[in-house]
Amino acid sequence: MATSLEPAASVVDAPPDAARREATLAEHTLEVVSDAGEGAQKCGQIFGAVSARMRNGVWTVEIIPAEIQPPPRVPEGASGIRIRLGSREITNWGDQTNLVVAFNEQVLLARHRLGALAEDAVLLLEDTWATHEDEAVRAAWNAAMNELSSRSYRIIPVPMEAQCLSLVDNPRKGKNMFALGMLAWIYRRDLERIAEQIAHAFRKKSEDVYSQSVALVQLGYDWAGRHLDFRITVPSMEGGRPMVVMNGNEALGMGAIAAGMELCAMYPITPATSVSHYLSEVFEKFGGVVHQAEDEIAAAGVAIGASYSGKVAFTITSGPGLALKTEFIGLAIMTEVPLVVVDVQRGGPSTGLPTKVEQSDLFAALFAQPGDAPRIVLAPATIEECFHVMVTARRLAEAFRTVVIVLSDANLATGVQPFPRPALDVRWQAAPVDLTALPDEFKAYGWNAETGLSRRAIPGQPGGMHTLTGLSHDDRSKVAYSAGVHQQGSAMRSRKLAVLQSTLEPPVVYGPDAGELLVVGWGSTKGAIEEAVDRARTEGRAVSSLHLRFLSPLEPGLREIFARFKRVMTVEINYSDEPDDPYITGENRRRGQLAWLLRAATLVDIDCWTRVPGEPFKPATILEIIRRRTVVTEAS
Amino acid sequence: MTDLGCGLLGAADDEDREYALSDYEGARARWCPGCGDHSVLTAVQKLLTAEQLKPETTVFVSGIGCSSRFPHYLTTYGFHGIHGRALPVATGIKLHRPDLDVFVVMGDGDCTSIGAGHWIHALRYNPDLTVMLLDNGIYGLTKNQTSPTTPQGLVSNTQPRGSLLPALNPLTVALGVTNASFIAQTAEFVPAHLYATLRAAHKHRGLAFVRILQRCPIYTPGIYGEAVKKPALVELLVHDDGVNVPALESVYQQRRQHDPSDLAAARELAQSAEPIRLGVFFRDPSRICYETLRRVPGRTARERLTLLDTELDRYAV
Repeated sequence: MATSLEPAASVVDAPPDAARREATLAEHTLEVVSDAGEGAQKCGQIFGAVSARMRNGVWTVEIIPAEIQPPPRVPEGASGIRIRLGSREITNWGDQTNLVVAFNEQVLLARHRLGALAEDAVLLLEDTWATHEDEAVRAAWNAAMNELSSRSYRIIPVPMEAQCLSLVDNPRKGKNMFALGMLAWIYRRDLERIAEQIAHAFRKKSEDVYSQSVALVQLGYDWAGRHLDFRITVPSMEGGRPMVVMNGNEALGMGAIAAGMELCAMYPITPATSVSHYLSEVFEKFGGVVHQAEDEIAAAGVAIGASYSGKVAFTITSGPGLALKTEFIGLAIMTEVPLVVVDVQRGGPSTGLPTKVEQSDLFAALFAQPGDAPRIVLAPATIEECFHVMVTARRLAEAFRTVVIVLSDANLATGVQPFPRPALDVRWQAAPVDLTALPDEFKAYGWNAETGLSRRAIPGQPGGMHTLTGLSHDDRSKVAYSAGVHQQGSAMRSRKLAVLQSTLEPPVVYGPDAGELLVVGWGSTKGAIEEAVDRARTEGRAVSSLHLRFLSPLEPGLREIFARFKRVMTVEINYSDEPDDPYITGENRRRGQLAWLLRAATLVDIDCWTRVPGEPFKPATILEIIRRRTVVTEAS
Repeated sequence: MTDLGCGLLGAADDEDREYALSDYEGARARWCPGCGDHSVLTAVQKLLTAEQLKPETTVFVSGIGCSSRFPHYLTTYGFHGIHGRALPVATGIKLHRPDLDVFVVMGDGDCTSIGAGHWIHALRYNPDLTVMLLDNGIYGLTKNQTSPTTPQGLVSNTQPRGSLLPALNPLTVALGVTNASFIAQTAEFVPAHLYATLRAAHKHRGLAFVRILQRCPIYTPGIYGEAVKKPALVELLVHDDGVNVPALESVYQQRRQHDPSDLAAARELAQSAEPIRLGVFFRDPSRICYETLRRVPGRTARERLTLLDTELDRYAV
């Protein structure tokens, strides 16, 4: 879909006005890569936000090394950002990159070796290393040039450091803004909007940093204008609904505010922590507090204590933290204290891949607990849904007196995408805590025998006094070990999920609601799956997809939907055995977590394709999976 | 309905109601006869009555263990949570609802072993809680396992040749924590002192940590046996800013003037287990409470959404 530029005959250092190529493209994907700490991500974030403001479709993905300060000039240290720009809505990071700004040849090699770059990609590469005083550096440069020459990339050397030195003493701190200026020229970005976005991004820094950054952008812009022989236009989308642009973690934080929550208890863990960074900056102004607890367990405990005494609180974490919170989550379920737990998933098990995306915590979210502990599990599929899911989560936690686990992931956490500005609704907000007296006959768990629902008493409410306990208890919260009592309590806690499911609509199939193959996904893979389905359908394949937001309870009507397709498979970023691997049989094959769940729930023979690459799926990869499982039935 | 501020709606206060001790009596306590927990429960019920604390605005939070059954035996709100984690729950309550009067009841395993991390950090956060460590030097509910405060050499089911390590001293640990604001020790077998100490603890604004020495009648009946019989083995720390119980003076003649503002002296006195020192070791009412530090102006739903709309402007395309 993306068209790239023809290599030009003449390259640099000649005013190229006459030969300048102007390309208008439906979409283009670019990357900025550098050593950690050189600000490539900041450059890309500003570029992405400005592009969104200029009404391009945008999806950004950060390229994050696992270490804070990896050594400079090594491929493993590549840090950066990929931005996919479109003249329509962009829902995923796409397949390959068309243009790269690289601060050294080693980080560029990393992207090359990963196959991230299109065959004809344009590479704007810092050239100071070619003439570096250290012979080893020059040798490394030459080796890299040799390796890169295996593809038909167009490499354009750029004297970024030499240019920046005219304005700053330490070019490490300025190159990213120079690069931003070059990109602004190439993609015809509005410099005034860039200046505004710099002001926002550097709001905690000094006026000097701002003005120097703006000057560096101008320098890069002017340099590009004098030396580059191409420009790219990705037309804006039609004006329409007002939009906002942010990453998924900011959206989660803002959603928590929109939901009226007032306490976020957390312990630092990647990639969830930036929710608390955002909230720490703004929450107090909204009457909220971020409590950084001494550990993950305490964070859950503080949130439970706050919820118990009034408004629903939330805790944010990632996989290892979710594991630590397990006992407290069980307590909240058993005592029916509402609680929202956000798990921004990363690769696991154990410490796993801290900065990388994975969808491996589904089972932990659903089942990690001794005993039977039914809880609600939701998974936002887009940045926009990260915002709205918090409103839903709080309301469900309160209405059903239980724990709601929200499963986001590292792809949504740092991904940036514009979405329709939420039309804020006062009903999203938690009601004031009602401390009016309860009637004499009040029971701590006055379960409705049909639904399991009950009203909770909040400390301060006369007539509601009781002792909550994680021990088996009767409807007055009295400790009781008899068989009947435990059976009833278990049934009441479980029934609530069925009641919730009875209020849900069947999910909507993307594409025709019958066909050869149905691809089922959850979470951040939605955009890539749907794009792959679109492409497959244009090839004449009878494929549709289905994306689930409720994982517990499952949305209703799945069996009927599945029955209309010849085959059903899930696509998930988690591990499953390959059917033809040694020892693997149909019986012992460990499947993708959603596939496993859906097979159990529907008795449909659901297949899966899963991988744990530590990066989001590309539409082209999913398309290939679809191709292998379908035949072309219609003329495209 | 009345707006009570801070997003609370409620009925007007029932100021005239007078509470008798029996108004605080919940389920009949199921501790073993002779268990020190009974004495603490009685002292607490006396305190609730003396202070006329409203059952609906009082919360007892506990963990797991014999002593953590405590909230069930009261008529206030109670939160009988999980092992070792009473303090985070109580901190959460206080953070969200500083208007509530919150007590925490923990055993020695709860507080000094599985919950030791929370114990140290809660002392540092210093929320306004009355925290009782019911320390009988043994795991009782799970039937006789060594705890961190088990005296060295004492035989248990997990250390049948006697407790291997010297006992952990909860006082020196607590006195070592930055921003700790109230640290006292009392004993179940000196009820008047127990009551006076709990009362002082409750009056203190900040986390008042009270270690209560007690015996388990089944597994550690002898640990303070000598001290129970010989008041001379006990030294009372007395001061106008601490605890003074004149009624005890005739029996407990070993008394020491100790100014609870003197942290260095408190640490010195806490070092040695003999004599058994009862009293307020340290008190600094000026130390900041976490919930005070974190207090932010409340917002109505509409105010919040108006502000959020402005916040969204920053992200508007």
